[in-house]
Amino acid sequence: MSPHLQSISDFIKNSSSLTEQEKESIIRSIKESDKIQTLLQFKLERVEKDRHTLSVMLEESIEDLQKKSRVIEDANKTLTQTLEELKSAQTQLIHSEKMASLGELTAGIAHEIQNPLNFVNNFSEVSNELIEEMKEELDNGNKEDAKAIADDVKQNLEKINFHGKRADAIVKSMLQHSRTTSNKKEPTDINALADEYLRLAYHGLRAKDKSFNAAIKTDYDETIGLLKIISQDVGRVILNLITNAFYAVMEKKSSYAKASENKNYEPTVTVSTKKMDNKVVVEVKDNGTGIPQKALDKIFQPFFTTKPTGQGTGLGLSLSYDIVTKGHGGELKVETKEGEYTVFSVILPV
Amino acid sequence: MKILVVDDEKDVQVLFEQRFRKEIRNHEMEFAFAYSGEEALKYLSDLSHEAVLILSDINMPGMSGLELLRHIKEKHHEPPPVVMMITAYGDADNYNTAMKLGADDFLTKPLEFSLLKEKLKAIH
Repeated sequence: MSPHLQSISDFIKNSSSLTEQEKESIIRSIKESDKIQTLLQFKLERVEKDRHTLSVMLEESIEDLQKKSRVIEDANKTLTQTLEELKSAQTQLIHSEKMASLGELTAGIAHEIQNPLNFVNNFSEVSNELIEEMKEELDNGNKEDAKAIADDVKQNLEKINFHGKRADAIVKSMLQHSRTTSNKKEPTDINALADEYLRLAYHGLRAKDKSFNAAIKTDYDETIGLLKIISQDVGRVILNLITNAFYAVMEKKSSYAKASENKNYEPTVTVSTKKMDNKVVVEVKDNGTGIPQKALDKIFQPFFTTKPTGQGTGLGLSLSYDIVTKGHGGELKVETKEGEYTVFSVILPV
Repeated sequence: MKILVVDDEKDVQVLFEQRFRKEIRNHEMEFAFAYSGEEALKYLSDLSHEAVLILSDINMPGMSGLELLRHIKEKHHEPPPVVMMITAYGDADNYNTAMKLGADDFLTKPLEFSLLKEKLKAIH
């Protein structure tokens, strides 16, 4: 019994003003309250213990949480870093894809520049001779003949200028092709753009594979006028589609050759443009291998390629898709029949 | 001597007409022009007796110069015209194919007109 209650009960026991019965009743109550107090004491101790345990646990879990949060922070840092690395890898991939396609173009570009250069050299040489002749005619007093020669020289100078500009345009477009995108939409003659890349792609492939040849058909809608596009990006899309088309007809031709089938196959690639309501459609069609159904769902996915390792990055169509849809709010559609044909349509809003 | 020049570059016509203006003026040479292999074959089937010499570019869209050469050497026997191939791609593959198909000569671009003139005069 607690000392206070003990002293109270001692006091009561010794009291003379209370009857024995009253004393007993009070002492019983005191004993009861002692019991209750002991019980409360016990409960209190238990609560105290629980509280302690709880606080220990709490501390532990706080520590644990702190540890976990550090782990998450670290993971987050790693992820951010990885994301940065991935972004820079993506940029590099896009760049190397550009460079790869530029590499494919190099031979075509060289050929395309060589031709106008030959004309520049030839027409200037021949003009030199003509001037000598003109002088002779003038010395002999043949004014009319001299005039006729002067007309020829004038025509030659126009040709020199024309072919010089042609070479200039090729060099400019090559530089533009390799440059990083400016994202600026500018009024562009889409027919000229398509035709330029068609020639470059053709000569590029022709230079790489001596046996390569294909009929090229073009059908340009002259009513299109100028279209506001990021010309180098759309140029890349067209180039990619044309290169793919040439690849498809070459594959078909070589598969016939391998099987020694003497089919009357004429590889043909058709590039056409068409203005429809408020959009312009650029179509690249080939009568090549076509795309099998199981590959069709994946062709716009990055890194998907059916070409042998080292020959395709698998980025061409996926980048083209992004350029057309995200970059220009357009659509890139494909229609194909395996073994027969493929048509890619670039649909650009006006 | 009638010469058929086959090249997809249209300005080749003006160039040849000026480079050979003296020969044309003196009626030593006469030139006709075709801008594709198909066009050349059409010309030959219409006027095969006329051209005695064909100068063909190898690299043309559609029918290549080599295919044209094969057609000419297979089909036009009476007497077969002289065919000189001209190409920007003077590699061994191209050369061997041209020779196998019966080309009479093989010239690379850029054309040396003085050399070509000598060769033409030698045939003449």
